Amino acid sequence: MSAVVSAQNLGLTFKTNDGDVVALSDVNLTIEKGEFVSFIGPSGCGKTTFLRTIADLEQPTSGTLTINGQTPGDARKDRAYGYVFQAPALYPWRTIEKNIALPLEIMGYSQSQQAERIKRTMDLVNLSGFEKKYPWQLSGGMQQRASIARALAFDADLLLMDEPFGALDEIVRDHLNSELLKLWEATKKTICFVTHSIPEAVYLSTKIVVMSPRPGRVTDVIESNLPRERPLDIRETPEFLAIAARVRDGLRAGHSYDGDHV
Amino acid sequence: MNRVLPILTVLLAILVIWYVGAIAMNAPWQNTLNSRAELTDVSFTDFALQTWAQDRPLLPAPHQVVGEIWNATVALELTSKRSLAYHGWITLSSTLLGFVLGTALGAALAVFIVHNEAANRSLMPWIIASQTIPILAIAPMVVVGLGSIGVTGTVPRALISMYLSFFPVVVGMVKGLRSPEGIQLDLMRTYDASPWQTFWKLRWPAAMPMLFASMKVGIAISLIGAVVSELSNAAGGGLGVRLLTGSYNGQTIQIWAALFIAAALAAVLVMIVGFAESAVNRRMGARPA
Repeated sequence: MSAVVSAQNLGLTFKTNDGDVVALSDVNLTIEKGEFVSFIGPSGCGKTTFLRTIADLEQPTSGTLTINGQTPGDARKDRAYGYVFQAPALYPWRTIEKNIALPLEIMGYSQSQQAERIKRTMDLVNLSGFEKKYPWQLSGGMQQRASIARALAFDADLLLMDEPFGALDEIVRDHLNSELLKLWEATKKTICFVTHSIPEAVYLSTKIVVMSPRPGRVTDVIESNLPRERPLDIRETPEFLAIAARVRDGLRAGHSYDGDHV
Repeated sequence: MNRVLPILTVLLAILVIWYVGAIAMNAPWQNTLNSRAELTDVSFTDFALQTWAQDRPLLPAPHQVVGEIWNATVALELTSKRSLAYHGWITLSSTLLGFVLGTALGAALAVFIVHNEAANRSLMPWIIASQTIPILAIAPMVVVGLGSIGVTGTVPRALISMYLSFFPVVVGMVKGLRSPEGIQLDLMRTYDASPWQTFWKLRWPAAMPMLFASMKVGIAISLIGAVVSELSNAAGGGLGVRLLTGSYNGQTIQIWAALFIAAALAAVLVMIVGFAESAVNRRMGARPA
């Protein structure tokens, strides 16, 4: 099997001053190569924590987690994944092309390789022509595209995205969603995508992981039967709405709509 | 013109207040002088002119100070012991050496403190304590102490400047090096970047604004350190010595002239740091303010 991410009985408990907080409890999940997996759930359900655990930014306290058959730490040292954060996190003193060059510099790519990869990834996210701009000269959507280009630049097969479009307005978000699908189709990467939005999750994913809080756990895993080719108006088809309804049911079953969440 | 006018207005106001103040402060002594000379019926205009032309006024008039500065710089040989340019150079050289040493020491300590929790806990209290000791008490000990083992001249004075100027740099740079946000640091971790790479590609550039802010403070107090250290060794020269001899001899005009040179030096030095800051900002693509 070519499981990219495999979690068995994964648990993570944060020790805080007023007691333990169970962020993840008994998570079992397998993500195959080439899948587009969305993690959806209300705040505090552990979806970002799970993504950070895959990235070796948090350490699980129980269970096992492997990335390409390795421990998360080894996978990180192998640069197995690119991570896109909620905020673009571009370095303000670097131009866009220099921001994309950052991982390449750290990983020791030659100047010519850097130039070639910067050009390729900037084309991929439709940012060509903005190479010499500084981050503040770009809109929020363009900044987030630059951060996606940065995560793609070193050709990791796994892309971890933590609510990358959460701070953007709906028009820009729709546009970037369809671009992201094209990018996924073109690069054949495995994508883990954290979101708050049901339509976004259903539109993008081949697999939707529904999570619920207190303790953070997986309540449903939905395999999407939508075709890989997805125009934006697929969101009005009965198939799409059926999956969205199942996601909503899953969220409700997890007692996630108890009033204090969006 | 819109920008020049307010500046000129303020400058004019200062001059007016200064001249009026000079009349008021020098009047008692002028009255004494006039009564000794049995001068009576001095008109107010003449009296004002007299108060602005005393040899050892309580408050010298601006033109007296300017005249003294002119006489002690342009009109004198550079090597003369009375030349303010000569003394200014002595002060400037220890200021600059002390500033360079202090900035280097401050930055090095900050790097150490940021990367080492033990250093953070153990060094910071001593660094703060170092600044609670009056510099006037430390300076003679350092200058005389080093002099007794044969270290004289610029170096002991620069050490006092360093002692003062490293402090704002440590405090500023610790803050600056810690300024990167969590996700910027997480990003480096996802690349498996070495601490060295994280430092040069993230922490150091992120700390630049704090470095320049603290260097502006640092260079100004470097000059103060240099002046104070000169008080401990009157033979060594420097603006501090001019202040000291001026006050021994009641040469207020000389004191004021030395003060003005010191102030002008500090202003120019801070401006130079400011220019360096703008140049670095431009290179780092900062948004124009």
